[in-house]
Amino acid sequence: MAQDNSSIDRRRTLECMVWAGSGVLWTLVGGVPQTSAVLGMETAQAQAATGFSFLQISDSHIGFKQAANPNPLATLQEAIGKVGGMATKPAFMIHTGDISHLSKPEEFDDAEKIIAGARLDVHYVPGEHDIVDEGRGADYMNRFGRRQKAQGSGWYAFDHDGVHFVGLVNVADLKAGGMGSLGAAQIAWLTEDLKDRSASTPLVIFAHIPLWTVYADWGWGTDDAAQVLALVKRFGSVTVLNGHIHQIMQKVEGAVTFHTARSTAFPQPAPGTAPSPGPMKVADERLGSVLGTTAITVKRGSEPLAIIDSALKA
Amino acid sequence: MTIDLDRRRLCAAAVLLPLLTQRVRADEATVKIENFSFTPDTLNVKAGTVVIWSNDDDIPHSVVTTDGKVHSRALDTTDTFRFTFATPGTYDYFCGLHPHMKGRIIVTP
Repeated sequence: MAQDNSSIDRRRTLECMVWAGSGVLWTLVGGVPQTSAVLGMETAQAQAATGFSFLQISDSHIGFKQAANPNPLATLQEAIGKVGGMATKPAFMIHTGDISHLSKPEEFDDAEKIIAGARLDVHYVPGEHDIVDEGRGADYMNRFGRRQKAQGSGWYAFDHDGVHFVGLVNVADLKAGGMGSLGAAQIAWLTEDLKDRSASTPLVIFAHIPLWTVYADWGWGTDDAAQVLALVKRFGSVTVLNGHIHQIMQKVEGAVTFHTARSTAFPQPAPGTAPSPGPMKVADERLGSVLGTTAITVKRGSEPLAIIDSALKA
Repeated sequence: MTIDLDRRRLCAAAVLLPLLTQRVRADEATVKIENFSFTPDTLNVKAGTVVIWSNDDDIPHSVVTTDGKVHSRALDTTDTFRFTFATPGTYDYFCGLHPHMKGRIIVTP
């Protein structure tokens, strides 16, 4: 009996809630999805009160001005404006890349000015749009990497309240015909970083492009992600948070939960439903319902992580 | 003296004329970037042709040869990138932002 309990503990029964406007709560226990309840936002937030939570924003694409959203600054502002109204103040924020559209200094400036309104520490990783300056990422490193004491093209780790966070870069030095790529140097660094950590340490790994193959035809995956998954296999609780695809996707594989966040700028089509990826124009009144942010809650004790996606508008 | 001058003029003309006409006549060929692909994905040109990539997508793309020798800036919507292929050979390239997008330029003498 005692053994059963510890094995469940080790597996770290993972609850994963996707709140998609309709208030449907999905609970994933041991990787098996169950619709356990229909909850309102209040209940989801009450659950958040027992541990610490952090916020994920992604793909703000400041500088984009095409039809899918001529003013991504306003929608970013709307997303950041909601942070103050959250029942539980997030401990910090992560930004999973594509802060800017073309790595221009004024795009980074504008994004930072608005994001600062949340009054939270922000941990960034770059998207492919953030490293197209002449120095191929030099500006990103100066602005965001340095304060994180990031290495290489911008990877780093930090700890918060017993949870180990790892920010990875899978958008630099990409190879012809490939998808996202981490590269040997980064994987060697990660091997070293995780080596002496207890398997009971909850891990949160975040990077721009999904670390599992969502759709290879559109390059929505990371070529050498399997090496990362091999490194984290022994850990009891692993949460992988990505952006890039501008829509919510989720997968659970053993103790690893993969989750992608919405963009605050524009949506993209579901895999294979259009001739190509790219900005998708929806009716103006629908835009708020396809943009949003993600709140992740770490509960003490059993340490399940709850992931709640919230649209800008229901 | 006059003969000398004429000869010099003739020489200069002989050298300059082909250069000038070549500049005027330089062939151009266009590769369209749309729906996250290069069209045509393989382009055959004569040496000296200027290849112009034109981005019709709502997302930036770039042109990077696999040998790393050509590396365009990120091309925003409607931006173009021109490169003169002077030397015959096969040039494989991809998009630096979306590397699953591939193309090839075959340059013949």
